[in-house]
Amino acid sequence: MADSTRRQRLLGILKTITESPIPANDEESLFESGLLDSFALPDLVSALEAEFAIIVPDRDLNPRKFDSIARIETYLEEHGA
Amino acid sequence: MSTAFLHAFGAHLPGRVVTNAEIAARLGRTPDWIESASGIRERRGAAPETTVADLAVAAAQDCFERAGVDASTLGLVIVASGSAPPGFPGPAAAVVARLGLEGTPAFDLPMASAGSLFGLVLASQLTERFGDVLVTGAEKMSAILGAGPLDPNTAILFGDGAGAALVSSRPGRWRILDSVLHSDGQFRDDLAFDWASPLRMNGLTVILQASRKLPSAIEEVLARQGIAAQDVTAFLLHQANQNLLVRVAKALKVPPERVFSNVARYGNTSSASMLIAAAEWSREDPPPGPVIFSAFGAGFHWGALLAQSV
Repeated sequence: MADSTRRQRLLGILKTITESPIPANDEESLFESGLLDSFALPDLVSALEAEFAIIVPDRDLNPRKFDSIARIETYLEEHGA
Repeated sequence: MSTAFLHAFGAHLPGRVVTNAEIAARLGRTPDWIESASGIRERRGAAPETTVADLAVAAAQDCFERAGVDASTLGLVIVASGSAPPGFPGPAAAVVARLGLEGTPAFDLPMASAGSLFGLVLASQLTERFGDVLVTGAEKMSAILGAGPLDPNTAILFGDGAGAALVSSRPGRWRILDSVLHSDGQFRDDLAFDWASPLRMNGLTVILQASRKLPSAIEEVLARQGIAAQDVTAFLLHQANQNLLVRVAKALKVPPERVFSNVARYGNTSSASMLIAAAEWSREDPPPGPVIFSAFGAGFHWGALLAQSV
C-alpha cells in the first residue's frame, strides 16, 4: 500500500474521532495537545484495526505507541498495514 | 455443572456524603468537570477511625440479614482490600474476630478493583470443601488519597465502602456456571500504590486496557457456556467510571441500561464496588436469567463470572 494512501486513511480516522483539525506536526503528542483522551484512544485503536485489517494485541495497548501521527504510522507500517 | 450458588449480597456505605463541590474546591476544578470526566456526582467518606475491617463487617452483617443466616454458618471468610494498612495480619483476622468466629479459616486478598471477583471465583471452588463462604470487598480509599498530595485525576474518582456475598454449595438464588480469571503483570506500574508514595495511575493505559479486557473476559466466559451477551439480564461490573461502563455495553452490543451503575452515587470503591452493585441490583427484584460479574484492576488482574438464576 502506498504510504500516502495509508496516511490519508489515518488522518481520516483521526478527524472522525477527534472532530478537530489535525496537527501540522506529525511528532506532536495527540494526548498533550488534547486531541485524544483516555476514552478516545480505545476508539482510535478499534478504528485502526477495522480500517487496516490488523489486530492490535493486548501487549501493544500502550498509549505511547499511538501518541502521534508519526508513531501511529510507524506502528501501521510495522504491522503490514 | 457447578455446585456453587450465590445466596445473597450485602453492602455498607459510610454515612458521610462527599460531593463534587467539596472536592472541586480542594482541586481548583469545577463540579461539572468532575462529573463530565467520570460520571461521578458524589461518593462516601468513612470516619478517620473507621477501619477496612469495620466496613467489611458491616457489609457482612447486611449480607447475613438478606440471606437469613448468621456468621456461625460460615466455613471460610475471604476479605479483599487494596486499601488496608500495610503489615500483618491483614483485615481478615479482625473480620472473623468481630464476627465471633473462632477457628474458622480466613484470608486476605490484597488486591484492588478485581479483588472481590477473584474472591467470588475462589469461593465457588472452595465451598464444597469449606461450606458457606463469605466474600467481602472493603475499601477505605480516602486513606490512600489522604496519604499524598491530591491529584485531580485520582482524587475525583474514589470512595469508601464495602460489599459482601455469601457463596455456598447449598442451593441458592443464583447458580455459578463458570468463570475466567487473568493477570498480566507487565502493566503493574500503570496503576499502583505502596503507602510510601502517592497513588499512581496512567489513565490512558488503564482505560485502554480495561476497555478491551472487560468485554473480552465476558465474551470468553459466555462463549464457553454458549450464552449470548444479549441474553444476559444484568452486567454487574466493577464501578470504575461511567464512561467505561458505557463503553463495555457498546462493545458487547447490549443496551447500556443492562449494565448496572451506581458510580454516580458512590464513585469508584475499588474491590467493594462490584458487590455493592450486586447488593443494590438484587434488592430491585431482578428478572430471572444469566448474570455477569466482571472486574478489572491494578496488576492488571481481570476476569468474569457467569451465574444463572435458579
